[in-house]
Amino acid sequence: MTLKQISVFVENKPGKLQQLTDVLAKNAINMRALSLAETSEFGIVRIIVEDIEAASAVLTAESFIHTISKVIGVAIPDEPGGLNRVLSILSDAKINVEYMYAFLGGKDAAHAYMIFHVHDAKAAVAALGEKGIACICQADLMNG
Amino acid sequence: MERYYQPEIECASVEELKALQDERLVKQVKHVWDNVPYYRKKMEEKGVTPDDIKGTQDLHKLPFLTKDDLRLAYPYGLMGKPLKDCVRIQSTSGTTGKRVVAFYTQHDIDLWEDCCARAIVAAGGTDEDVCQVSYGYGLFTGGPGLNGGSHKVGCLTIPTSSGNTERQIMFIKDLQSTILCCTPSYAAYLGESMKEMGMGPDDIPLKVGIFGAEAWSEEMRQDIQRTLGIKAYDIYGLTELSGPGVSFECSEQMGMHINEDHFIAEIIDPNTGEVLPEGTKGELVFTSLTKEAFPLLRYRTRDICVLSRKKCSCGRTLIKMAKPMGRSDDMLIIRGVNVFPSQIESVLINSGYPANYQIIVDRVKNTDTLDVQVEMTPEMFTDNMGEIKNCQTALEAGLRSMLGISAKVVLVAPKTIARSEGKAVRVIDKRKI
Repeated sequence: MTLKQISVFVENKPGKLQQLTDVLAKNAINMRALSLAETSEFGIVRIIVEDIEAASAVLTAESFIHTISKVIGVAIPDEPGGLNRVLSILSDAKINVEYMYAFLGGKDAAHAYMIFHVHDAKAAVAALGEKGIACICQADLMNG
Repeated sequence: MERYYQPEIECASVEELKALQDERLVKQVKHVWDNVPYYRKKMEEKGVTPDDIKGTQDLHKLPFLTKDDLRLAYPYGLMGKPLKDCVRIQSTSGTTGKRVVAFYTQHDIDLWEDCCARAIVAAGGTDEDVCQVSYGYGLFTGGPGLNGGSHKVGCLTIPTSSGNTERQIMFIKDLQSTILCCTPSYAAYLGESMKEMGMGPDDIPLKVGIFGAEAWSEEMRQDIQRTLGIKAYDIYGLTELSGPGVSFECSEQMGMHINEDHFIAEIIDPNTGEVLPEGTKGELVFTSLTKEAFPLLRYRTRDICVLSRKKCSCGRTLIKMAKPMGRSDDMLIIRGVNVFPSQIESVLINSGYPANYQIIVDRVKNTDTLDVQVEMTPEMFTDNMGEIKNCQTALEAGLRSMLGISAKVVLVAPKTIARSEGKAVRVIDKRKI
């Protein structure tokens, strides 16, 4: 019940991020979530797409350095305390959240979606599952 | 009134100088033949013996020495005296292969200090002066050379060495320094720091500066003269020949007088090795006439330069060299330190990076900057920003320990550094000097 995320190396210079979005656009790859971590010289663009293999092949062909890693996606009730509940579960299970970002989910306006990068994805999925919170899997993205 | 440290040499007639050079060259060639097997072999290969060298007119018959020879003969192969007769080592930065280690007898040091003393006196220095030496002390020749010269002139010498800018300014102010010796970029930096501290040229007693070890433009001279309220003089030298003081500027501030009683200068075509006439641009070659421990003959400096024996208003008859206009090899001088692109390349390769890199040298606020652009590879890349930063920091540490100066590593996207079309553009030097 995990998602795959593509992290892409992008120089921190005008037009570089657009070169990436251009390649994705031309190849009809839809981004479902995006986050940017940056230093003064370069950044890591993290994206969630439906078809990981297709996106990776396109990026390789266009010489974008990238890597694929495992993250978890969680639907969180769009109400006060929603995120807090998820983080409490992870905290109790001693799972460290390295970073997280928001995600455009489906048409279901009652939920917000978050992507978490944790040091142990499997343990996080299990801990959340025990408390009745299901994580999104790659297939869910297609139906979203 | 112009003053000289050793007027009998500095103002000697051209004939007197030639006679002195002839006599010393014959003696020096014999000394090298007898004591430096490495060079003797080179002479034998060229079919030259000391008997063929009767004076400076025969200098062209001798083989050249290059930095490669220094590398092959490292560390003791070019010594003209046994170690027990040597009292000092000085060295350039850089690691094995590129590092120059030079040896000195007490006599060598004495003559070297004379050369520096001539430079200080030519700049107006006397025993009334307080001379602050802000060149680095240690293996670098700048500090020890000017320190010795300053003693010889009788200046009160302040051996601050480089760095600690606020302390430098405090010494200048509190101990009334009138002469400053350092690299031109450090002089400019001191000027800027003073400004930031709310001080102007009238707040300090400095009168003159003797600046060398790196290239600087006439514009930079004007800038330093204005901000520090001084006259700024150039000084030239290299560790291979002793250090600073091979040549120095006089009151005319137009070219540097070469200490011809100790060094013969030639200009050659860097491609053919042919000696070029006075006034022609070419590679500067030096023959040391008096060095005992490290007596280099016809050493190719790789500096592109012009010589001129036009009459100088200062009264010195010593031939003048222009500021070097460039290099005939790929060596860069960054913050006074010699840097070869191949050194950077070896650090990259040893750290597992591809040899596709670009070196960008610039001068920001009068200080040289060195950026090394490295292309990111799939192997290096991870989703973890911290790990990438660690790699970058490790590479910067590797470069620092190889080069002796700090460099900034800039990670760039693949295929952004131009691939070689014929010759790879490894170095972009944006400095206007």
